[in-house]
Amino acid sequence: MIGDALAQVGACGLFLFQILAAIPKSLRHFRETIRQIWFVGAMSLVIIMTCGLFVGMVLGLQLYYVLSIFGGTAALGTVVSLSLYRELGPVMTALLFAGRAGTSITAEIGLMRATDQLSAMEMMAVDPLAYVAAPRFLACIVAMPLLACVFNALGIMGAHLVGVSWLGLDNGTFWSNMTSSVDVWKDVVNGVWKSVAFGAVIALIAVFQGYTTPPTSEGVAYATTRTVVFSSIVVLALDFVMTAFLM
Amino acid sequence: MTDARAPQNSDALVQVRGLRTTLGGKRIFEGIDLDIPRGKVTAIMGPSGTGKTTLLRHITGQLMPDAGEIRVDGQNVPALRRNALFDLREKIGFLFQNSALLTDFTVFENVAFPLRKHLKLPEELVRNIVLTKLQAVGLRGAAELMPSELSGGMARRVALARAIIRDPMLILYDEPFSGLDPIALNQVLKLIRTLNQTLGITSILVAHEFAAVSRAADLVYLIAAGKVVARGTPEELTHDDSPWTKQFFGGEADGPVPFQYPARDYAADLGFPATARPAGAA
Amino acid sequence: MTQRRSYQIGTGFFILLGFAALAYLATQTTSVANFRQGDSYTLKARFTNIGQLKLRAPVKLAGVRIGSVESIELDPTKLDALIKLSVDKRYNDVPDDSAAAIFTSGLLGDQYVGVQPGGSPDMFKDGGEFVLTQSSMQLEDLIGKFLVNGSPQKPADKASAPDEAAAKVAAPTPPAPDIKH
Repeated sequence: MIGDALAQVGACGLFLFQILAAIPKSLRHFRETIRQIWFVGAMSLVIIMTCGLFVGMVLGLQLYYVLSIFGGTAALGTVVSLSLYRELGPVMTALLFAGRAGTSITAEIGLMRATDQLSAMEMMAVDPLAYVAAPRFLACIVAMPLLACVFNALGIMGAHLVGVSWLGLDNGTFWSNMTSSVDVWKDVVNGVWKSVAFGAVIALIAVFQGYTTPPTSEGVAYATTRTVVFSSIVVLALDFVMTAFLM
Repeated sequence: MTDARAPQNSDALVQVRGLRTTLGGKRIFEGIDLDIPRGKVTAIMGPSGTGKTTLLRHITGQLMPDAGEIRVDGQNVPALRRNALFDLREKIGFLFQNSALLTDFTVFENVAFPLRKHLKLPEELVRNIVLTKLQAVGLRGAAELMPSELSGGMARRVALARAIIRDPMLILYDEPFSGLDPIALNQVLKLIRTLNQTLGITSILVAHEFAAVSRAADLVYLIAAGKVVARGTPEELTHDDSPWTKQFFGGEADGPVPFQYPARDYAADLGFPATARPAGAA
Repeated sequence: MTQRRSYQIGTGFFILLGFAALAYLATQTTSVANFRQGDSYTLKARFTNIGQLKLRAPVKLAGVRIGSVESIELDPTKLDALIKLSVDKRYNDVPDDSAAAIFTSGLLGDQYVGVQPGGSPDMFKDGGEFVLTQSSMQLEDLIGKFLVNGSPQKPADKASAPDEAAAKVAAPTPPAPDIKH
């Protein structure tokens, strides 16, 4: 069992190098990358925006309650924005992204494998690594941070809606406390780096699972499940490591 | 039929020598020698599971053999580097058993795919070439359909149009007739013949249907048990009387290719004393 | 072709939206927002203790941000802190007898300069100085007062209005007799 798991990890690592090596060639298929950004990014916007808004609203409610115990409701904007930028934004977006885009990448590539489309590309002298794998990898890396930013922005709006419009917090206090405590580089940009890394990890797992799935309907089903499970675990573990380094 | 294995045509486009392959612990080929003459349709036949498709995958370098030499147009495929292999593949058309059309694209874009990926042609020229090839397979009217809207026979003809879009020197057909109704089968058969005759494309045909093959092929190789067991024109093979050819072309259930998959003794499996041998276990 | 165009436009829109969100986060919700200054004028204030007040901390009147802390220096002769506040030109009618105090936004928040408007008919001019100031309220001092007097309601020294306000903000929980350390 442990040997199998190690072999999987090793194969996945080698696959990463193959993808990276195929990236220069994949720039010839730049249009395909654009198309994939559309699929993994633009098509995930609705779910990301909805979830971002609700997460922000919940944060607003919960933190307002907790902070009011300490008489610190003025810090609501600060606490919401810091928790969103540093943790919740990148992580929640990554988990949603794994469920929405990761699975569809795995299923799509798995079916391409099952219906010989990947072999057909090889036979047409088109490297599937450069035409299928690398564009999806790049698209995820581009789309993830953008989605995380959208998630954060909607989260702030949700918290503002709850805190200021409904619970009667002062608008100026909400913003000024936030702007005086949030740092662009330490908070916003570090969050962006996190989401770039999460995008790369999810893309690698999703493409790898699709690429190596047994060409049966059962195999594709298992592969999609594994994509979600593995990406969630790896994202959370990587989050811990990156937080420790970026602090 | 030992002499049949001896290569005769030195001007073969594809030469296979001493090919040995093991896949998943199973011996597939135990020393295959064959020649595919230029400009002819050569059929490779044999019982299911003898590795006919594997042979095609060897010729195109998708699969590496354990030993042996596969020369395509003078180049030894297993020894080629990736770039050289891709250059070679640009000159080979491959028709997949399940057509393998790219499901995201229309018929037109599917056929245009190899052109767009390898050549920078003006859109007008691409359109002309694609429509010409689609006309050749009789599906010019279906250019804007998606692959999911095609019947099996139509999908195979589209795949054929895609395989010939760059005028290859060699086309490999992997079971082009399987799952087709008689009309579609005859259409594909006619296309294979026409392409070979009008364009002079060397063709390798893997199929089971001897009736269809005998109308298309100039030369037939029969592979069984990892070896070439017969070679000749369809005409010669129908009159051949080796047990392999007799069983295969006569369609007999039992013979050199056993009806029973290798198994333990039937009686012992059922729990009887091994002395009793029920009929059918032979 | 039209299909291809539509997703290209969609992708462009998506990328634009993502970068707009990033720009919004970076410029509107962080300290970068405090750099953005329109026309402003400078006021001075002296404090005996500024606590944790930092550069670019907000200056507020009635809770509304009207400017930010521009510089913090130590006056070498008087040995007190000289703060320069940059106040937005829009708020140029602050009475010149207003008081400045250093507050903390809740227990957890940062410190800021709060302005208590006075009643003078004359307004502050550029370079004007606050006469009445109230220094940062140190938690340690408060606790010391509790320990000496036993009650936070009656501070020993005469506290000015901002002092009381600061005490309220700093110690919102009901007075507990058994304060630790």
